[in-house]
Amino acid sequence: MQNRNILIIGGGIAGMEAAGQLLRLGWEPVIVEKNERLGGHVAKWYKLFPDMMSAADLVQTLTDGIKEATVYLKTRVASMNRLKDGYSVVLSNGVSLQCSAVLIASGFHLFDAAKKEEYGYGVYDHVITNADLEAWFGGAPDNRVPANPGQVAFVHCVGSRDLKAGNAQCSKVCCMTAIKQAIEFKERFPGAQVWCFYMDLRLFGKKYEDFYINAQKDFGVHFVRGRVSEVSEDIDGRVVLKAEDTLAGLPVKLRADLLVLMSGMLCNSDTAALASMVRTEVDSDGFLRSRDNIYRINESRREGVFFAGACTGSKTVPETVAEARAAALDIHNYLNGNA
Amino acid sequence: MPDFGFSLSKSSSVSLDSLDLGLYGELERLEPGVKTCMACGSCSAACTASVWSGMSVRKLILNLQRGKDVEKMLGSCMLCGKCSMVCPRGINTRHLILSLCRIYKKQ
Ligand SMILES: Cc1cc2nc3c(=O)[nH]c(=O)nc-3n(C[C@H](O)[C@H](O)[C@H](O)COP(=O)(O)OP(=O)(O)OC[C@H]3O[C@@H](n4cnc5c(N)ncnc54)[C@H](O)[C@@H]3O)c2cc1C
Ligand code: SF4
Ligand code: SF4
Ligand code: SF4
Repeated sequence: MQNRNILIIGGGIAGMEAAGQLLRLGWEPVIVEKNERLGGHVAKWYKLFPDMMSAADLVQTLTDGIKEATVYLKTRVASMNRLKDGYSVVLSNGVSLQCSAVLIASGFHLFDAAKKEEYGYGVYDHVITNADLEAWFGGAPDNRVPANPGQVAFVHCVGSRDLKAGNAQCSKVCCMTAIKQAIEFKERFPGAQVWCFYMDLRLFGKKYEDFYINAQKDFGVHFVRGRVSEVSEDIDGRVVLKAEDTLAGLPVKLRADLLVLMSGMLCNSDTAALASMVRTEVDSDGFLRSRDNIYRINESRREGVFFAGACTGSKTVPETVAEARAAALDIHNYLNGNA
Repeated sequence: MPDFGFSLSKSSSVSLDSLDLGLYGELERLEPGVKTCMACGSCSAACTASVWSGMSVRKLILNLQRGKDVEKMLGSCMLCGKCSMVCPRGINTRHLILSLCRIYKKQ
């Protein structure tokens, strides 16, 4: 009889949604998650654009859908061997199992903002990242956020579109995240002046442009087209940033009480190891290489190995969820011989 | 022509149909990296000469791409190389300025 186990590597929203769908299709998903909890990055976010839905509610909905799945937390895949029809797998917790198909849903890594030394993350007192700000919105105390900020600056494209940071790609979600966070910031501090320093505003998704218009019209967020070239700290501990306002053609300087760096989405640093374990390839952008990037994003170039979510490139939540469902169906069809 | 008491100033609009891109083409051959400039302005923001002279590699490149002469601006550069350090597209802007100087010298 066919083995009904499907190994899912990564318990972020991609792995969770795929597991929920596979259960409904009659399979037995086994989620292997290296962290101590499910939900991946989304479990650390506060509200999700474009509906400003609670991220915790989404993770809860996904958790409810996988009650019957086997979940191993704080676990990794130790080794994997190809069998005639499937894989034999040994996990870091000593469990060994056989599965008919593998879904990689290992997601992304946030760019380490400290690597862009010119922005002073970890050095100056009031420099945080987009991820830090999500945590603060969610209630985590952070003494880098001043009690009564007068000016706040968001720097776009930190570790994205930057060959010197080793990542030529656009991370795609951070323009929208910046505007989402700028609005949330203004809601809490209506008196603050909020500035976004961007190179291009990439607001590609459903209703994203509405956020831009609202940020301008209802919240008075300022937009400056220019990349911040360097940041320093003045004697009062404020952050001083320099950029060119490329539309005015003039150098500009801003003193801010808080600087928020929009760190980009990079491939997970486990990607190369995972790829070699299932003997598939890494793409030129560092993410996992799909069979193609148009029709078969969910398929690896290796028999029985599938992908979902941000392990193949920057994705939004709805894109990730849609891909996870598609991957579940692809696996179902593959195992039923319909592929 | 009768004197109407005013004169027309020359149009400042750039006709993209009849650009003379000779200079830019020559620079492209010497410095292919220039093609990837995305006009982010990091070079100008970091430039030590910009505040007092208006020096801007971004403007220099853009003006060349629009068929304009940039020789005057070149004179403000101190060749310190700060702009090269910040360019996210990895363009060696300092070297680009030197190449441009050579092109002008040949003319
Ligand atoms: C600051 C910020 C805010 C955002 N806000 C929004 C928003 O408002 N709306 C929106 O649509 N999108 C938003 N996004 C995008 C969203 O975070 C992603 O779409 C989503 O996280 C992708 O989910 P994923 O499951 O593919 O990856 P991840 O969330 O990265 O999850 C991957 C999981 O796999 C696990 N894993 C990795 N490697 C291994 C391994 N080797 N073994 C075992 N487990 C492993 C990880 O621990 C993690 O739990 C935001 C992104 C950022 C950076
Ligand atoms: S989405 Fe915006 S901030 Fe993010 S890398 Fe692309 S252009 Fe930069
Ligand atoms: S090399 Fe010239 S253009 Fe570049 S930063 Fe120095 S002075 Fe400015
Ligand atoms: S820093 Fe580089 S990409 Fe940006 S405007 Fe200057 S030359 Fe162009």
